[in-house]
Amino acid sequence: MLRYTLSRLLGAIPTLLILIALAFFMIRVAPGGPFDTERALPPEIEANLRAAYHLDEPLYQQFARYLGGLLRGDFGPSFQYKDFTVTELIGTGFPVSLRLGGSAILLALLIGVTVGTIAALRQNTRTDYTVMAVSMTGISIPNFVMAPLLILLFAVTLGWLPAGGWGGGAWNHMLLPVIALALPQVAYISRLTRGSMIEVLRSNFVRTARAQGLPERTVILRYALKPALLPVMSYLGPATAAVITGSVVIEQIFGVPGLGRYFVQGALNRDYTLVMGVVVFYGVLIILFNLVVDLFYAWLDPKVKY
Amino acid sequence: MSLLTVEQLNVRFHTPDGEVHAVRDLSFAMEAGETLGIVGESGSGKSQTMMAVMGLLAANGRIEGSVRYRGEELVGMPVSQLRAIRGRKISMIFQDPMTSMNPYMTVFDQMAQVLIHHEGLSRRAARSRCVEMLEAVRIPEAGRRIDMYPHEFSGGMRQRVMIASALLCRPDLLIADEPTTALDVTVQAQILDLMREVRREFGTAIILITHDLGVVAGLCERVLVMNGGQEMESGEVRDIFYRPQHAYTRALLAAVPRLDEQEIRRLATVDPSGAARAAAASDPAEDAGAAAPADGIVRSEPDLTAPPLLDVSDLRVHFRLIPPSLFAPAPLLKAVDGVDLVLRPGETLGVVGESGCGKSTLARAVLRLVPATSGRISLLGDDITLLDRLAMRTRRRDMQVIFQDPLASLNPRMTVGDIVAEPLHTHYPRTPRKEIRERVSRMLTRVGLGPQIINRYPHEFSGGQCQRIGIARALVLEPELVVCDEPVSALDVSIQAQIVNLLMDIQAEMNLALIFIAHDLAVVRHISHRIMVMYLGRVVEISDRVALYERPMHPYTQALIRSVPIPDPDRERNKAYRPLQGDLPSPVDPPSGCTFRTRCPHVVARCAEEVPVLRQLGASLVACHEAERVRAAIDRGEAA
Repeated sequence: MLRYTLSRLLGAIPTLLILIALAFFMIRVAPGGPFDTERALPPEIEANLRAAYHLDEPLYQQFARYLGGLLRGDFGPSFQYKDFTVTELIGTGFPVSLRLGGSAILLALLIGVTVGTIAALRQNTRTDYTVMAVSMTGISIPNFVMAPLLILLFAVTLGWLPAGGWGGGAWNHMLLPVIALALPQVAYISRLTRGSMIEVLRSNFVRTARAQGLPERTVILRYALKPALLPVMSYLGPATAAVITGSVVIEQIFGVPGLGRYFVQGALNRDYTLVMGVVVFYGVLIILFNLVVDLFYAWLDPKVKY
Repeated sequence: MSLLTVEQLNVRFHTPDGEVHAVRDLSFAMEAGETLGIVGESGSGKSQTMMAVMGLLAANGRIEGSVRYRGEELVGMPVSQLRAIRGRKISMIFQDPMTSMNPYMTVFDQMAQVLIHHEGLSRRAARSRCVEMLEAVRIPEAGRRIDMYPHEFSGGMRQRVMIASALLCRPDLLIADEPTTALDVTVQAQILDLMREVRREFGTAIILITHDLGVVAGLCERVLVMNGGQEMESGEVRDIFYRPQHAYTRALLAAVPRLDEQEIRRLATVDPSGAARAAAASDPAEDAGAAAPADGIVRSEPDLTAPPLLDVSDLRVHFRLIPPSLFAPAPLLKAVDGVDLVLRPGETLGVVGESGCGKSTLARAVLRLVPATSGRISLLGDDITLLDRLAMRTRRRDMQVIFQDPLASLNPRMTVGDIVAEPLHTHYPRTPRKEIRERVSRMLTRVGLGPQIINRYPHEFSGGQCQRIGIARALVLEPELVVCDEPVSALDVSIQAQIVNLLMDIQAEMNLALIFIAHDLAVVRHISHRIMVMYLGRVVEISDRVALYERPMHPYTQALIRSVPIPDPDRERNKAYRPLQGDLPSPVDPPSGCTFRTRCPHVVARCAEEVPVLRQLGASLVACHEAERVRAAIDRGEAA
């Protein structure tokens, strides 16, 4: 297990390097620079700025300097938020995003698995068809459409919930962005659960459990649920990634001060170090999530051994 | 009061294609402690009858009639009450022990649930009961192994665990649905032995559902023969076997090849519709038309002076496995480890052995479907291991294959005509369309299907018909050698008889050489001229078909042959024989010296040190140090 984890982490290094290189050169290829403003700066000031941030060096030298900084855990200073380092910005933004994304994923798992299991047990009934139709709708509507609709209904029309802002993480501020983030995942997870649950309920070992006279509740919760969850587990890695990247849009719409907002603004402002920092951070996060999911999978399935 | 009474039972399934009447007006009764065999081919309704008894029919199934357990009506009983009977009064075990246990729970967790729910025991209290029961079914180190997962047990061990779980609450009735069908004969013998012991020790009544008449002969007191959802005949086991009244029963008995018969007869084929018609008639015995006449040519003998078609020497196929950890060396699986064989035109070589003995790998290596690690495979004088891709493709015209799963081995998106024509297109691309069509039609007619089916798809055909299509595809190129890898093991006995007859007829006509791989020793004996017995990748004995079965030289061959149940109650019951103990050792880490020594009843010190080589003894080539001594002991009637 430990050896497997270590080898997976070692294997992640080339992936990260490729990611860093791609992001580094792509953002520099993008037209414009961090100090482009509507009013052009005097050339000598811009030259000074560029020198201060080492932007006057050849690209490969900048890249080497950046990698060197990363090794020391230094993401560099932000170009826009003048008094902050990128590490500090990530430090303030990430807890917010984590709370938002984590709540969304947990909610999606809870509702998705429950609804999917119920649909599987009532296969081909009206309940089943309703659940599946609703979830298809959930998958088809992108969250940047869903979010304004939610705001329109619950904040503007009904006035129950605030339309935006974070409010220090109060539940009423979190509710709408969490729902908007979770909905497509609920839809997907419920369909996934339904499919695998139907298959598991047809399996021979479920027949054995029924032939042994075990109550249906035991059959479903103790015998069928775990194997039915395996495909959901495999999906959780990419799903977490989707929620995090999805939160870029949602945070922007709801005005939540999370990592996603820094990402969008950093990209618009050509804040090279901030964008790079967030990209690298997301990359590490996604690799970690996938590793955790794989380890979790091994714990669920005794046949998988590392 | 009878233990179980079934009266006028009807089971219907509503499907999109209309109603399927799976069980028709079935009635029978059985007493406590009795053993009843229900025999039938697939689709006979034998399993659905028992699923109906347990209330476990699929959601689209409907029951009519009456099922009473000790006078209590089970049909229409609320599920909550039925649960108190399932697993406690009536237990059921199933065919496939590999999938019938939950792979995500330990054996203990699964067994404990039964006691927790039926007897309200705590997990702790359940544990000792479970361990006791595992010991009763002879699981070694039960106290430790109970915490393992099902995949850590072999197939036979899993079926033991299933039996143990079923017996936990000491039920009155154990329903066993094809309990040994997925197992090797040696393991089957162990499980049947265990079931006899269960009956003796616990007094449990057993209903044994099976297609294998030999299994019934050895275990059951009464037999119910089913076909098309109906009872054909029922009675005492000796009456059914020695004085069968119904034409279908007679046909079924005539369709199975037997290990103990002297003369090779042509297998009788069963016409199920004829038998079903006969059932409707007042006196079923009058309708003899159900059993097709068993005559015609029987077998051709190969010309032993002809030069060999296939000459394999010292063939090895080793596989590197994935290393267990990052820095450990990759283990080596020696699937085939030094096999020599010679095959002449018109000859059939049977290959037998337990699953995992390397027989299928050998077949694939001979066809060069897996690369040989070392050794020589010479076909018509050319060493095919040395041929390049192009030359090999040309050579493939002479060597074809028939697979086990008839439907899965045909491309579902191709018509039958295209499937059979494909080898012609591949090997003779310039053949005129008209000629291809003629040859395909001729081939389909030859395998008994007729040219009118060329535009249909494989799923429209039954297993037996699909296998005929597979045979047509293999034979359309008129090859010299056909490898048959378990070609009849997925088929019902009556269909099996048809396919075996067909293969033998075609062999005689085309002077084909066949390598016939099967785990059913009786079928292999029926079709083969010579037989090769494999154990853990090595040949332990080669002999001609008569000598191998009459005077087997190797202890493994002897054990294999004695494990096969004979469809003859008196002979089967008087067979003084202790089944071979244990499972096949891991082929990754085989025992030193003679690999069979860990299970051999005649083992001596030398066996661990020296690998026995094949040597001539009587009519056999045998690889055993002690063969003379063992054979002499058997001849004196000592060893069993």
